[in-house]
Amino acid sequence: MRYVLRRLGFFALTLWVALTLNFALPRLMPGNPALAILGKFRGGVSPQAVKVLEAQFGVGTHQNLVAQYFSYLGNVARLRFGSSLTTQPGASVGRIVFDAIPWTLGLVGLTTVLAFILGTGIGIVSAWWRGGRMDSLLPPVFVIMTVIPYFWIGLVLILIFGVKLKVLPYFFSYNFSLTPGFNAAFIGNVAEHAILPAFTLLITTIGVWILTMRNTMITTLAEDYVRMARAKGLPSHRIMLDYAARNAILPNLTGFAMSLGFVVGGAILIEEVFNYQGVGYLLLQAVNNEDYPLMQALFLLITVAVLVAILISDLATAILDPRTRAAG
Amino acid sequence: MATLQTPPGASEAGAGAGAAPGGRAPAAAGLPLAGGGSIGGARSLRRMGRAITANRKATVGTALLVLFILVALFPGLIAHDDPQAQIYPRGLTPNAQHWLGTTSFGQDIFAQVIYGTRPVLLIAFGVGLLATIVAMLIGVAAAYLGGAWDGTLSVFTDVLLVIPLFPLLIIIGSYLHGAGTSVMIAVIALTGWSYTARQLRAQALSLRNRDFLNAAKVRGERPLYVICVEIIPTMTSLLVAAFLTNALYAVLFSSSLQFIGLGDPNVTSWGTMLYWAQNNEAFQTGLPLWIIVPGLCIVLLGAGFALLNYAFDEIGNPALRPAKSIRARTTRAGAVAAPTPRRRPRVKRTG
Repeated sequence: MRYVLRRLGFFALTLWVALTLNFALPRLMPGNPALAILGKFRGGVSPQAVKVLEAQFGVGTHQNLVAQYFSYLGNVARLRFGSSLTTQPGASVGRIVFDAIPWTLGLVGLTTVLAFILGTGIGIVSAWWRGGRMDSLLPPVFVIMTVIPYFWIGLVLILIFGVKLKVLPYFFSYNFSLTPGFNAAFIGNVAEHAILPAFTLLITTIGVWILTMRNTMITTLAEDYVRMARAKGLPSHRIMLDYAARNAILPNLTGFAMSLGFVVGGAILIEEVFNYQGVGYLLLQAVNNEDYPLMQALFLLITVAVLVAILISDLATAILDPRTRAAG
Repeated sequence: MATLQTPPGASEAGAGAGAAPGGRAPAAAGLPLAGGGSIGGARSLRRMGRAITANRKATVGTALLVLFILVALFPGLIAHDDPQAQIYPRGLTPNAQHWLGTTSFGQDIFAQVIYGTRPVLLIAFGVGLLATIVAMLIGVAAAYLGGAWDGTLSVFTDVLLVIPLFPLLIIIGSYLHGAGTSVMIAVIALTGWSYTARQLRAQALSLRNRDFLNAAKVRGERPLYVICVEIIPTMTSLLVAAFLTNALYAVLFSSSLQFIGLGDPNVTSWGTMLYWAQNNEAFQTGLPLWIIVPGLCIVLLGAGFALLNYAFDEIGNPALRPAKSIRARTTRAGAVAAPTPRRRPRVKRTG
């Protein structure tokens, strides 16, 4: 219980820090960036949006910093993030973000699940045949994968499959000639557009799952109960899955819970390279257009997603692994 | 090597394990190298040299780094063209004059790659040093001072650790409008030290009740002396690993930021090359080398840092090799450092 309370406290603290960062950063920067925007957009923005802007950036208001801070926190608590300035002028930030979320969840979320399943499977197999060909190939491949910038892999795949072979689309999430709808043609088109970005994401994220699973599994395989199972003459697939893998999967499971939090903001550059209109692409659009309200809302969203996932994975660990509770 | 195939960064995870309450201290971490260092510079250098030539990963990593350092020091000897001058025919394919062709602005791509090495290396070494020093100050201070200080500094470290770093860098970068090399170093280092600080705190904590520290206290040494002369030398290999990891991330993060246009667009570096190439549709206009070569350079430089890190893990921590220690490391392998998403090390907090 103390452990759970402490994790909840940490969650609240981190959330507060993220909010405060959002509030403080534009004020700390040389030449308040919001001054420029407000000057540029004074005419075109609704009075309510101006009020939110004032609270967010402290421009054109006579309130002192403390009052600004609290009215900013109040706005966030009521989920008032103001209006977009440049990306979709006048549209509410909440709605723009809401439109982008399903695309990211679909692409990055599904790929994360797939990477977890495949990676864990490969990890199990490679630990089982330790020293085999697959097992000796993995670590060096992993070293190389960790140093390749994600976006560059995406670019190279675009070059090969999109530009040279012309077999796969690499721009946007569906063909502009189609009207979005729930029909086979459209869904097929969306799936086709998702192949390259999903594959990029898959090969860049799968390594962690493989290695975590493999390393824990190797430890588990040395346990006495596995030797016992062997001595009993159980079929090897049962030892592999029911005895070893089942006990080795905990770190991967908690890691999976955590990685779900990174789904929202985890593929910024991949979405950018493929012009895939998810949360990350939107963030970079907001950055390029200096659309600060949109940018701030997205940063908060990404941070909150990560924090919630970490909280969930902490709680899951507490439930699944009694040792944690004792230690807490 | 055959028995212990853990990814780079595993040493961090291994040392982090020491932070578990009542956990075993990662006893040998750093001691072999540190011992050499305190006996005599020349001897430890020779020992390091032998270690580097004996380990293939270390040899390759060192060769890559030395190569890039030489290029960064003397770009003018290798490339004869001005990297910024837009004086050549546009969009040339590779030929005898322009080995990698020219950009759609008429710049020599080879010269850009060569001259682009220096800013990248400056950022790598700058962030590596700065982030490691900040982490050392905060981590060791937290462990040494203990009590409320430790609580505050640790919470501070942990909070920074879970805030998504890359989005944060994007936000800061967008307020800054074109971060030059020094700003880039400062921003990446000041946001990215937390992981190292945790490891170093864990290592320092594990030393707390060692005899040699108690002896120093009984001798009446001042805290600063104890920290600098007694504690920090035992962390040499951890510090080297942290430096290499931080440098690697600095290369990846700064290139990514430059790629999306948040760097200074007038500085010639690999990331900005990629930015201009992508903005001018290099693939579609038949200039794939404009994107492929700078990207490959990032990969090779990154591989240099990663391989050295991997090798130091094996050289510096032979005690981590026996079966018993493999367990300590592998169970925490989830803490393996991957660029993004950043995973929190699964280490229980001592609070």
